[in-house]
Amino acid sequence: MKITYPHMGYSYIAFKMLINDLGYEPVVPPEPSKRTIDLGARYAPEFACIPYKVLLGTYLETIEMGAEMAISSGGVGPCRAGYYGVMHQKILNELGYDFKVFILEPPQSNYLDFIKKLKVLKPSVMSWRTFIQLIKKGYSKLEAIDEMEFLMYRFMPYEISKGDTARAFKIALDMLDQAQTEDEIEDARWECRKVMAKVPQDRSRDPLKIGIIGEIYVVLEPAVNFYIQKTLGEMGVYTDRSIWLTSYAQKNVVVEGKVGERDIHEMAHPYLNEMIGGHGINSIGEIVIYAKGGYDGVIQLAPFSCIPEIMAKGIVPRVSREEGIPVMTIFIDEQTAAAGVLTRLEAFLDLLQRRREQKTVKERLA
Amino acid sequence: MPVRVGIPRFLGYFSYYPWWKTFFEELGLEVVTSPPTNQQILNAGVAEAVNDACIPIKLYHGHVMEIKDQVDILFVPRLVKVRKFGTETFCPKFLGLPDLLQASINNLPEMLDTRVDLTRGCFELFRISRELGERFGASLSKITRAYLHACQALQGYRGLMSRGMFADDALECMEKGYKASQQKEQGSLSIAVLGYPYLVYDNFINMDIVKRLKTLGARALTVEMVSPRQLLREAKNMPKQMFWHYSNRAMHAAYYYLNRKRVDGIIHVTAFACGPDAMLDRLMEIESRRLGRMPFLTLSIDEETGTGGVETRLEAFIDMLKRRRVLE
Repeated sequence: MKITYPHMGYSYIAFKMLINDLGYEPVVPPEPSKRTIDLGARYAPEFACIPYKVLLGTYLETIEMGAEMAISSGGVGPCRAGYYGVMHQKILNELGYDFKVFILEPPQSNYLDFIKKLKVLKPSVMSWRTFIQLIKKGYSKLEAIDEMEFLMYRFMPYEISKGDTARAFKIALDMLDQAQTEDEIEDARWECRKVMAKVPQDRSRDPLKIGIIGEIYVVLEPAVNFYIQKTLGEMGVYTDRSIWLTSYAQKNVVVEGKVGERDIHEMAHPYLNEMIGGHGINSIGEIVIYAKGGYDGVIQLAPFSCIPEIMAKGIVPRVSREEGIPVMTIFIDEQTAAAGVLTRLEAFLDLLQRRREQKTVKERLA
Repeated sequence: MPVRVGIPRFLGYFSYYPWWKTFFEELGLEVVTSPPTNQQILNAGVAEAVNDACIPIKLYHGHVMEIKDQVDILFVPRLVKVRKFGTETFCPKFLGLPDLLQASINNLPEMLDTRVDLTRGCFELFRISRELGERFGASLSKITRAYLHACQALQGYRGLMSRGMFADDALECMEKGYKASQQKEQGSLSIAVLGYPYLVYDNFINMDIVKRLKTLGARALTVEMVSPRQLLREAKNMPKQMFWHYSNRAMHAAYYYLNRKRVDGIIHVTAFACGPDAMLDRLMEIESRRLGRMPFLTLSIDEETGTGGVETRLEAFIDMLKRRRVLE
């Protein structure tokens, strides 16, 4: 059977391997393009958020490539993402496609259901042990990919000739793509680290530091957020983003609220005292964390009409005032254009630069 | 002088006002509600609230602005869950509402942001009442009496609504102590007007849709006219329940009317930029088509909507239904 999955950052490399290992034929989803978004927006409800539209567009594109089933994640709300699966299935059926959207709900909502669904995915000849090993292997690849991406954004503001880090990252990704067994992945990970570290850097620079927060999909998918971290890196800005697929999986899916997550919620408490779904409360808490960590500014990325992020945006001015950190919110939908985002970024950077200069002057006077 | 408690006439108001009013009055407080929605409230709300918010949230801000200077304490309950039903909660905007108000409106009076999560235990509502009552220094017996009367009032209100009354009439009935007159309106058409109570029953923001339908010779049926038990029975039609209380109720009501073929058409009243409705609206549309090709109209409301546009659309919809009936 030909199986596809949502495109989310660079994770497609790991999922491709996992599906292949399980004995199915993976259909690698194309990177979301203008066409993907147009297709999605045509058939999706008008006020659905951009992740919904991109996913629908991706499914339609992969159907053209022969995919018969998509695997995606569910949720327990109150964010709309948990209801995507049902709606995608209904809309695709209406359009007359024989396509199954297979949704894995988070295990803690219903263990039995989760295991039943895994059983469907597991080929009957395969033992549970191998199955779990394969998933673990996929996860370690995912972690390696995350690590390389993390290193890329770390090194970018310091690189001496522009584009070196991005090139090194591409080489690293290829190496990870080649690695198939557990050992190979581990070796490749070490090699990749070396490749990334070889990029010539000028450590005397003192770049602006910006934290990136917001809704998971638009933060993780560079094709939807106009490669914001890469763009900022090329402008010589040090960025840190709050959400990563692997740490995300650790925090939210396997052991909810055990690692780090609780601290973030505690930080958000003076401003927002309730879980409002999605990453709403995280966004508030992370602003506080970045402010305490000495960052110059924060950029909030959110899909247009995202309920939790709109709530967060309403509270952000107060947090920004009381914590003393500038925050810019960018809402992304199918109409957002790269030029507009770039202009806003440049203006924001100017503001941060001036703010920093004023601060140093004040310190010198004092 | 008694303490004045302010209740904005929006969102939860249409579902729970009799409870709140009875309870606070029994405790010896004065209840102040904001006037029915008007243009001034709308303008104030649009000016104060975060620009990406939906109309209901903006209107709520407007209502708060309207009464914040006339009251000592503002009652903005944080409605989280009112029944154990899957992972159902209220819309995230309800969950964070007190925090949002705090962040966006200056000079607010003291805010009573009682957290309402009734799934925590059988006596949770009484526990909340006790907490509220003790906040105002009432004795336990007084609180118990107020609690019982409040529950009775809410039951009465719901009873009136399930017998086909609209929120306004039902509240007036209770205020003046009328007996419910069984008004069987003989409209030639009956139409299910589905949506959230604060859109269906607020006559300013929905451009008096019920009255307009009446003049066009159609009778409106709402979600509240179906008993909760019957609504729950329709839940099995959905592969996965939604996460939002009001959306589930609206969808279940849609199934109720669709499966029983009790109506000639469905109108879904939705607010511009309402998150849950993006899903709900399409689901309703698909199901209306699937279950007996029921005529379906989405009426989207925003701060700019003119009465002319709504009227034209309603007339066209009713004309279409009438022709359809003749053809059948």
